[in-house]
Amino acid sequence: MRDLTNEILELIRRASTDLPADVEKRLREAVEREEPGSAARSALETILKNVELARQNSTPICQDTGTPIFYVRYPEGWSTRRLREQIRNALAEATRRSYMRPNAVDALTGKNTGNNLGDDDFPYIHFEEVGADEPLVIELMLKGGGCENVGAQYSLPDARLGAGRDLAGVRKVVLDAVHKAQGQGCAPGILGVAMGGDRGSSYLASKEVLFRSMDESNPDPKLAELEQRLTEEANQLGIGPMGFGGKTTVLGTKITGLHRLPASYFVTVSYMCWAYRRRRMIVKGDEVIYE
Amino acid sequence: MRRINIPISDEVIRSLHVGEPVLLNGIMVTARDAAHKWMVETFIKKTRPPQGDDLEVYEALKKLLNGGVIYHCGPVVAGLETKEYRFVAAGPTTSIREEPYQADVMRHFNAKGVIGKGGMGAKTLAGCQEVPFVYFHAVGGAASYIAQTVKRVHGVYKLEFGVPEALWVIEVEDFPVTVTMDAHGQSLHALIEEQSQKVLQELIAS
Repeated sequence: MRDLTNEILELIRRASTDLPADVEKRLREAVEREEPGSAARSALETILKNVELARQNSTPICQDTGTPIFYVRYPEGWSTRRLREQIRNALAEATRRSYMRPNAVDALTGKNTGNNLGDDDFPYIHFEEVGADEPLVIELMLKGGGCENVGAQYSLPDARLGAGRDLAGVRKVVLDAVHKAQGQGCAPGILGVAMGGDRGSSYLASKEVLFRSMDESNPDPKLAELEQRLTEEANQLGIGPMGFGGKTTVLGTKITGLHRLPASYFVTVSYMCWAYRRRRMIVKGDEVIYE
Repeated sequence: MRRINIPISDEVIRSLHVGEPVLLNGIMVTARDAAHKWMVETFIKKTRPPQGDDLEVYEALKKLLNGGVIYHCGPVVAGLETKEYRFVAAGPTTSIREEPYQADVMRHFNAKGVIGKGGMGAKTLAGCQEVPFVYFHAVGGAASYIAQTVKRVHGVYKLEFGVPEALWVIEVEDFPVTVTMDAHGQSLHALIEEQSQKVLQELIAS
């Protein structure tokens, strides 16, 4: 098994400093929708200047380089113990090179470890075994604390919102979450929504769904319709970029469903800030491809 | 666009209104969660006795913050090994977490501006009128762009809080912000909250 520490370091550098094309495209479309001279438009223009500058100088798009969330699909026979070690070493090196901010803080003492390495769940690494002839795929998402703090979970029915256990109820609670977030999650955001599961699996799925491309529509036509409707209605709220008011509050919505217990109907919303940082590396033999 | 120099006078603060974009120039101090809690507990409410270099840092802060500006920011800083510090990425963090502390800190130090993102609540807005001070909104996530306005890092206090939580003393040139809470009781955040609440009610009822 080859040592991929340097290749993973490059994955982290790209994730932190180079915003994916599908997100940048949405931001460029959003600028055109906002009124010339408005605070909303000016915020989006600054955001786009920042995106270019970060890419050009290889510096973090956002200083909150977030929770590093790795999803690893490894061919049968690879050692997850070694892959974990390589990911952790790469992350410490990325922090030393200022691609990442030291973000791992001890829950009890408040002490920052200084190198982004915390316990087994920091960085978060999910392993999934695939066939021996398939490539190794490592996906990385960086999710900042500001947007993580405005994530929300609802248990349906929700009497306050009049939300029942159906897609109409899902729609109501998601809109409520966007309203509660206001500009604090660095709007315009991207919504990751999970229906079903238990409290834990629902939160995880609401983040996993954010690995999907913004250009790809939901394979389920009912969910595709709801995704589009939620994006449009969230934008009617008028919260706007940074909460300054304006037409763009949300850039997109991604929904997924999980099997649930008969008694439980959770809806979880993970709010992703506009700095929607995610990158993928694919290792086929000697070749390493970054997406 | 109007340029404002730090330290800022009460007269200039009162001349600022919600919606106005300005460029800040001068020396400011970063402070976020750990720093605000520490300032309030050690020097304002005095529920915790000063320890280590606390009093020394307090004396320095009194000078820096009189007429000064607090920036809610946890930067990415290069040069940690050589102590030749340089800000690499330095956008604002979410301000609302400092809501319990902000007005008390501003009053205690006679600080005139706080920079952050997402806005703050009623207690801070009341403080804006009384002290007076204003809330400046920077563009969240625009970290590489804002870091370029940081011309010099003068030093750092309480590095033991960790790099993001330490108090960094920085000199900025044309740092772009927008006034979103002013000393006249106006808050863009309260206004947008109220307007979007009405739309939400209509959408949910349909």
